[in-house]
Amino acid sequence: MNSSFGSNPKVRFGLVVVTFFAALAILGPWLTGTVMGIDPRANDISAIASPPSSEHWLGTTQFGQDVLAQLIAGARGSMFVGVLAALIGTVLAIVFGVTAGYFGGRTDHVLNFVTNIFMVMPVLPLIFIVSGYLRGTGLWMIAIIIGVFGWAGGARTLRAQTMSVRNRDFVLAMRMLGESNPRLIGSEVLPHLGGWVASMFLSAMIGAILAEAGLAFLGISDSGAISWGSMIQAAQSQSAVLRGLWWWFVPPGLCIALIGTAAAMLNFGVDELSNPKLRSATRKVVRRTRRVERAVAAETRTA
Amino acid sequence: MTRHDGAPADTADHEVAVLSAVDVSKHFVVRNAVGNSSVVRAVEHASVDLHAGRIVAVVGESGSGKTTLARLLARFYEPTQGQIRLDGAPVAKGSAARGYHQQVQLIFQDPFGSLNPVHRVRHNLDRALRIHDRRLGRAERRRRAVELLERVSLTPGEDFLDKFPHELSGGQRQRVVIARALAVAPKVLLGDEPISMLDVSIRLEMLNLLGRLSREEGLAMLYITHDIASARYVCDDVVVMYAGQMTEGGPKDRVIGAPAHPYTKLLVESSPDPDRVGTTSRDDQFADAEALGEPPSLIEPPTGCRFHPRCPFAMSRCAEEEPPRTDLGDGHWSRCWLHQVGRADEIGADTYSAALARRDPAEVAS
Repeated sequence: MNSSFGSNPKVRFGLVVVTFFAALAILGPWLTGTVMGIDPRANDISAIASPPSSEHWLGTTQFGQDVLAQLIAGARGSMFVGVLAALIGTVLAIVFGVTAGYFGGRTDHVLNFVTNIFMVMPVLPLIFIVSGYLRGTGLWMIAIIIGVFGWAGGARTLRAQTMSVRNRDFVLAMRMLGESNPRLIGSEVLPHLGGWVASMFLSAMIGAILAEAGLAFLGISDSGAISWGSMIQAAQSQSAVLRGLWWWFVPPGLCIALIGTAAAMLNFGVDELSNPKLRSATRKVVRRTRRVERAVAAETRTA
Repeated sequence: MTRHDGAPADTADHEVAVLSAVDVSKHFVVRNAVGNSSVVRAVEHASVDLHAGRIVAVVGESGSGKTTLARLLARFYEPTQGQIRLDGAPVAKGSAARGYHQQVQLIFQDPFGSLNPVHRVRHNLDRALRIHDRRLGRAERRRRAVELLERVSLTPGEDFLDKFPHELSGGQRQRVVIARALAVAPKVLLGDEPISMLDVSIRLEMLNLLGRLSREEGLAMLYITHDIASARYVCDDVVVMYAGQMTEGGPKDRVIGAPAHPYTKLLVESSPDPDRVGTTSRDDQFADAEALGEPPSLIEPPTGCRFHPRCPFAMSRCAEEEPPRTDLGDGHWSRCWLHQVGRADEIGADTYSAALARRDPAEVAS
């Protein structure tokens, strides 16, 4: 199982990129401080808006800040928001979805009602309003807001899956032995939702990174914190696009795209683990099928 | 409906049954896409007694309510009507299931579905033992788990403790399932077609295991099957179900050897039996397959006797009134009008297909 997960090229790419950014996020202050010796917030007045050079590998901003150092610091901010929001969202989805699906009846009615409300709520405007109201409270608050408003879809998925698992014979058998409900959920039902939970976590992480970038771009973020979104926002507000300062906004944009792609790739791998039918279309199979198709087409043409 | 009217002189009836269903019915309400609801009468007025050390087989075709009966006895469903009695005391609705399940355990049909694929054998047995007796220490639970595995002939038990279900064969899994059920030291085992998903070659071993548990350890057992040959092999008493109702019951030799209900006769004759070679050829039976009809709808069951549309002996009365229970001595009983009108001899007179061929077309129409 593990070997097939790692052997998939998509998954390997995803793993490498996510690990790289995770390392960047964790080692960020050490990298910028000790290795590069640059403070991402420090203004180098001798180099204002200078293109990439040997001194500043990715150039500097309008304020003379090193873009590479900012990028590394931003990785920490973006990853922090992504992971924390995904964690909050996934936990909420499990609590609501699995509980509703497992117990059914009135519990299900109430929890599902709450889930539906969160589902039809216009999430983005709400995030604007709430985070606008809590302006300047830091990345923590942003992550919590994104997580709290983003769990409903996952809860519905988990609820449906739980409903299918809870009536399987092995759950009935363990219940008949006298196993308690929390243990039945934790040790009999939840392990079967692992694939779903992992995939939910990854997509929630992409969503949260994008949401944070979006919020930062719109200026609803902690102005003191550095994240990829706030970098782009700063570039935008100094009209970097018009002035051709591409080194300012392209790197953070690429990073966002890259980590999104990587998490999506990982997600494919997780999907294939939980649904082996998806695994069938390897490149080899596709190539072989194409060859047969061509052969058939050629045959019909000659006939 | 009273049971044991004219109590038969069966030894088992002198003591109180360990577990009994008294006149239980279970109706399910189903809704179709449009929202119309209808009632499925899965089990109606079924009664069965389980005694220590005896195996009762419930036979019947698919959809006859056998599994529903087992699940009623396992209290997965509350009966719509009637009572489940444990040691003679009625089990109250909604009472704690835990105590009940210390006494009554169900073996599922599918050994591939009743073990969680993510847990080792050890986990299953360990949890069962732990729930049963909180005071047991780790070493003691391990010793007991090995003991349980060896009781179901998985020897040496040590080797099986750390296996995952996918590393075991179907028969081994079913043994683990039985061992897990035995871990709580139940008095009653309900087997819901416990061998039907197993390879033919290991079915006999499983039947022997069930028989040994019942006879040597005094477990009361309900054995549900559609295979009358295995029922004959392992059980002491047989109850025949058709369309949710019990049609005939009694000691196995009487019921299978001399069926007193046309449906039992159909069941017996359609099961392969090496002793009967020549009396009915396969071709004859399959030629009649369509004439034999199909199981009735449980939403709108036939009026009167539910078997009358398929019965070669059906009279006009059979379509109008439900037949009463007739006791035939030695605990053998049947619900069929033939006994009431003195035509009982006809059931045994000829093979089922011959009787069907003779059926009066006019009577079928009525």
